[in-house]
Amino acid sequence: MDTFDWITTAAKSAFLVIILLQVVPIMAWVERRGSALMQNRLGPNRIGPLGLFQSIADAIKFIFKEDPIPGHVEPFYYMLAPLVSVVPAFMTFGVIPFASSINLDGRVLHFQVADLNVGLLYVFSVASLGVYGIIMAGWSSNNKYTILGSLRSSSQMISYELSMGLSVIGIILVFSTLKLGDIATQQGQLMTHLGPWLLPEWLQIPKWGVFIQPLGFLVFLVAAFAETNRLPFDLPEGESEIVAGYHLEYGSMKFAMFMMAEYLNMFTASGLITTLYFGGWQLLPGFGPLLGLLQSQFGLAGMSAEWARVGFEVLSFFLKVGFFMWFFVWVRWTLPRFRYDQLMDLGWKVMFPLAMVNILLTGTFAYYGWI
Amino acid sequence: MLVKKKKNPLQEIYLIEILKGLFITIKNMLFAPKVTIQYPEQRRNYSERFRGMHYIKATNGVENCTACMLCPTVCPAECIHIEAGERADKEKYPVKFEIDVLRCCFCGMCEEACPKDAIKLSTIYEMSTTHREVYDKAFLVEQRGSK
Repeated sequence: MDTFDWITTAAKSAFLVIILLQVVPIMAWVERRGSALMQNRLGPNRIGPLGLFQSIADAIKFIFKEDPIPGHVEPFYYMLAPLVSVVPAFMTFGVIPFASSINLDGRVLHFQVADLNVGLLYVFSVASLGVYGIIMAGWSSNNKYTILGSLRSSSQMISYELSMGLSVIGIILVFSTLKLGDIATQQGQLMTHLGPWLLPEWLQIPKWGVFIQPLGFLVFLVAAFAETNRLPFDLPEGESEIVAGYHLEYGSMKFAMFMMAEYLNMFTASGLITTLYFGGWQLLPGFGPLLGLLQSQFGLAGMSAEWARVGFEVLSFFLKVGFFMWFFVWVRWTLPRFRYDQLMDLGWKVMFPLAMVNILLTGTFAYYGWI
Repeated sequence: MLVKKKKNPLQEIYLIEILKGLFITIKNMLFAPKVTIQYPEQRRNYSERFRGMHYIKATNGVENCTACMLCPTVCPAECIHIEAGERADKEKYPVKFEIDVLRCCFCGMCEEACPKDAIKLSTIYEMSTTHREVYDKAFLVEQRGSK
């Protein structure tokens, strides 16, 4: 690594960390206002414009609250657990590309902190580390509700990780790569086949994952909800059954860290859904002509035109991610929680076979060259 | 009794039902009227018969009360304390008339019992204070208006 790499990597990391830290307060606000509006209420609207500064008030409250450690916990693991769950949540986003590459003085700059050749595997391995934090929290708290919550969490994670991993195999079969950057790039092509039939020339559908892998997308989406412990799969913290689940004994900033981990996991899941199934940084429909108009209007050429393209790609990526973040909130306030046996039934009897069928179909299509 | 509803196969798949549900929530979010009352600016309209803070009705600056002791007798919370005295014109009147609102259960029986239409319950419902106070006669008569 030379100076160029050091500087660009540091800049990209800083950009991502800043974005990730902004996600939590904004999502807390979206969640509260969104849920309120859906329930015909108004929600917090007093502090700042539209109540946006409510998150700052919340953060101040979290920081200045007394932070006691209950006498019955195992202090070392009790203190470690929030860290263990929040750190992987920060780490995962590193391999997700948020724009295509740009040429700087003969060097190629990828807008991705690390373009690992095992990117997808990295995401899965690091994301499943997060469950250790939950188990640690549940066990070290020395409370029956927390241990129930963490047990539920671990078995739920294992069940759904299976179908999640299997649903992604379809994508790997289609794009023949594990590099997330390459997967996003290849989704810029146009679709040629719809199943065995050739698509007509005038019908220009981008080769986004959702169009070539609808079944895989569905399984992945449901599994992503389960992996992030969001409703309708939030059994690890089911209030009405086990008080608050694994974070029952936590208060102030330590609880805030669990909350951060939840929202960051959501953000990573949204980023992954976008990258794998919605073309990653590929421009949204309508953005291409807009970009062309902008470039011709302001006479952008060379580097400035390139940077304008990168800006539009970043915007497209984060708009898509934002939509899925909203989708998580939207579904949370629409669907009630599953019963535990229903959750396991869905995971093993529906999602798992569907993922297998998806692999079979994709394999067949790939064999006949229909994809 | 467990009633098993017949579902059609589309409902069994559950996805279309979820989409319908999502549509309902977004419809409520965007178009449904919001029920929140923004309290200090907007207030709920209570009935005139609402039983709130007590007051003593006065005619020409003299309270109607004749210290007949019916209200402390009927009061289930025993929060009314009256000491009777005599005015120069031999009229009985309350020297002391105190209501411990913290103990009051706002049943309105004092109002019902009063033969002189002296103690009444107003529609005032903002009674939070920073200290525990027993309201005396002066306060109850001059009252936040004889609402």
